[in-house]
Amino acid sequence: MNRLLVSPAPHLHTRTSTMSLMRDVVIALLPTVIVSILFYGWREIMILAVSVISCVLLEYLITRFLLKRPNTIGDWSAAVTGVLLALNLPATSPWWMVLIGAIVAIGVAKMTFGGLGQNLFNPALVGRVFLLISFPVAMTDWGPVRGFIGNADAATGATPLGLAKEGGIEAIQHLDYLNMLYANIGGSAGELSAIAILIGFIYLLARKVIRPHITLSIWITVFVFSGIMWLADPSAYTDPIFNLLTGGILLGSVFMATDYVTSPMSARGGIIFGVGIGIITMLIRYFGSYPEGVSFAILIMNSTVPLINKFCKSKKYGR
Amino acid sequence: MTGGQTMTKFQLITKGLIKENPTFVLLLGMCPTLATTTSAINGMSMGLATMFVLVLSNMAISAVAKVIPDKVRIPAYIVIIATFVTLLQFVMQAYTPAIYETLGIFIPLIVVNCIVLGRAEAFANKNSVVDSACDGLGIGLGFTLSLTVLGVIREILGSGSAFGFKFLPGDGILCFVLAPGAFMVLGYLIVLFHKLTDKKNK
Amino acid sequence: MAIQSSFKNMVLCLSVICIVCSTLLAVVYAVTAAPIQAAAEAKTNAAIAQVVPPFEGSPEEGAVSVDGTEYPYYTVSGASGVAGYAIISSGSGFSGAVQVMVGFYPDGKIYNTAVLSQAETPGLGAKCVEPEFRDQFKDFDPAVKKLSVAKDGGDVNAITASTITSRAFCDALNGAVRAFNAITGASKPVDASSGATASGDMGKDVEDAK
Repeated sequence: MNRLLVSPAPHLHTRTSTMSLMRDVVIALLPTVIVSILFYGWREIMILAVSVISCVLLEYLITRFLLKRPNTIGDWSAAVTGVLLALNLPATSPWWMVLIGAIVAIGVAKMTFGGLGQNLFNPALVGRVFLLISFPVAMTDWGPVRGFIGNADAATGATPLGLAKEGGIEAIQHLDYLNMLYANIGGSAGELSAIAILIGFIYLLARKVIRPHITLSIWITVFVFSGIMWLADPSAYTDPIFNLLTGGILLGSVFMATDYVTSPMSARGGIIFGVGIGIITMLIRYFGSYPEGVSFAILIMNSTVPLINKFCKSKKYGR
Repeated sequence: MTGGQTMTKFQLITKGLIKENPTFVLLLGMCPTLATTTSAINGMSMGLATMFVLVLSNMAISAVAKVIPDKVRIPAYIVIIATFVTLLQFVMQAYTPAIYETLGIFIPLIVVNCIVLGRAEAFANKNSVVDSACDGLGIGLGFTLSLTVLGVIREILGSGSAFGFKFLPGDGILCFVLAPGAFMVLGYLIVLFHKLTDKKNK
Repeated sequence: MAIQSSFKNMVLCLSVICIVCSTLLAVVYAVTAAPIQAAAEAKTNAAIAQVVPPFEGSPEEGAVSVDGTEYPYYTVSGASGVAGYAIISSGSGFSGAVQVMVGFYPDGKIYNTAVLSQAETPGLGAKCVEPEFRDQFKDFDPAVKKLSVAKDGGDVNAITASTITSRAFCDALNGAVRAFNAITGASKPVDASSGATASGDMGKDVEDAK
């Protein structure tokens, strides 16, 4: 069994294993995957396939031939990384770009640090950020892509956040929040549907796979931060609901910030972690040069996790 | 090398390449290493510029070390090193202005490159002029070689070219031209270097 | 190893080292001063020759001030009077100033442009030095066409995903046009310039999805 939580006694034994946890994460991701396939069609299937297959294959090859250890692909974590990476890419991504992303995610961000449990940063996010920096043009090319349902417009053009950054507040005036909740306009596959991600979130909570602290503290921070800015000057800053529903906030806060390995162990630490992610995300969105900052925010806060863990160490039993 | 046993001139030069490689083994001078290796030519020029300063300052310092009072030796070394760096700056500005411009601030910063002062303290002030010159040459060659290798890899991956000769169309993986790529390539090169040299020593 | 330190020998030693070093530097400076200046001049002249129509003799240096901004410029002359102007102007890009030398025909049309210095992102904004982007300004007539990116209602095709740099480039060109008008005394209105500047301040982004 893997070291999932390192905390002082008392310890309870449960039947959960890394494998069952990761399988639950995959199940929770299914609604989002289905929505993205419906809207982005064959291209999305190709990206998911390339991403998952290359992540799993790479982990197998590296453990087998470079590390010469028993292979770890059976724990499903490489598959989760593959799905998350695919959901973070635009549907127009060529196959070789997905492959490079997988190499960076598994090879650099995960196996270099020693595999599952040792990596400091979320592998899928490292892969995505690497691609964003390396292929900025391809990574912001959102379409048009032909899907199985929906009109062509639904999958064309700039992301709402990109529009807001480019054209200011007027450019997003026509957007409908209900539409965003059901299926967003433009963006990477995982940014499409808020409802699909929320279904996954509820499933994870119900199965007790994740605790809600990190996710909720990110949402509240984003809401409060953007609420204050929006109330101060509604003509210059986007409103809180827009900020919660657009971009990667939902996907990132539910599936990536809550990654066991790269998030703090205690509930208190989780709240600090989440607040940090929320603040950095909004700083990047409002004042940075990129329209979206969730991935950067999570990676930056990932690097503070050892410090947070030290700061929020739970007291020893009986003291 | 300061451990008592004498080395031949040849050993003095070659030890800088592998056994005491400043970049991969001593991990000195990381700032210019990461910043200037965006292309093979830039990396190599930086290495050569540092080698030039290193050889001359090593020679000058070993020549005068005996007459410098102990308490002011560091300021004295720094003045000597700074002189050679400024001299190099003039010469590069005059005869290779293009390279001077790409290396920019990192030429004057050779003054504070720890390799240069490190060799002065660790080797030049207790050895003869000729030995110090060989030491400077060896360490300088090691530095140049590492920076060139780093530059070649980053240029091939990042811009699809080598030594300015473009063999792949398009932009390449931009991350490797930028700072994060420098850290990644350096990290993997250090791993590779140690894997290869460890085998050899066993 | 080293000799005992005393106040006298420390001062003496450092003074001697400083004197020797500064003498050495003075000698080298004297030798290289001329080539350094020649190299700098060659660079400027090469840039000028690239942006203005063919000319004779050497460029004449000058400077003009418009709205509190100083624009250095060079005038080149041919057989029949002034052959063109090269004006140095800059715009605020994604990471620092983008300095551009803009060459004009005597009638105010742009002959060519050259980027003197920029620190934009490689692969994105740094593409402003490449001919693919700059060639659209050849024979660009600021009196007829609007010198701002298409997104802001102008006639300039922005670099893909690098609106900020493209705007900075247009700002620099607009500055040069103002300077040109000040030099030649022309009173042509530069309507595009005000619009481009205002929108340039508004957006802060590189990552526009096209």
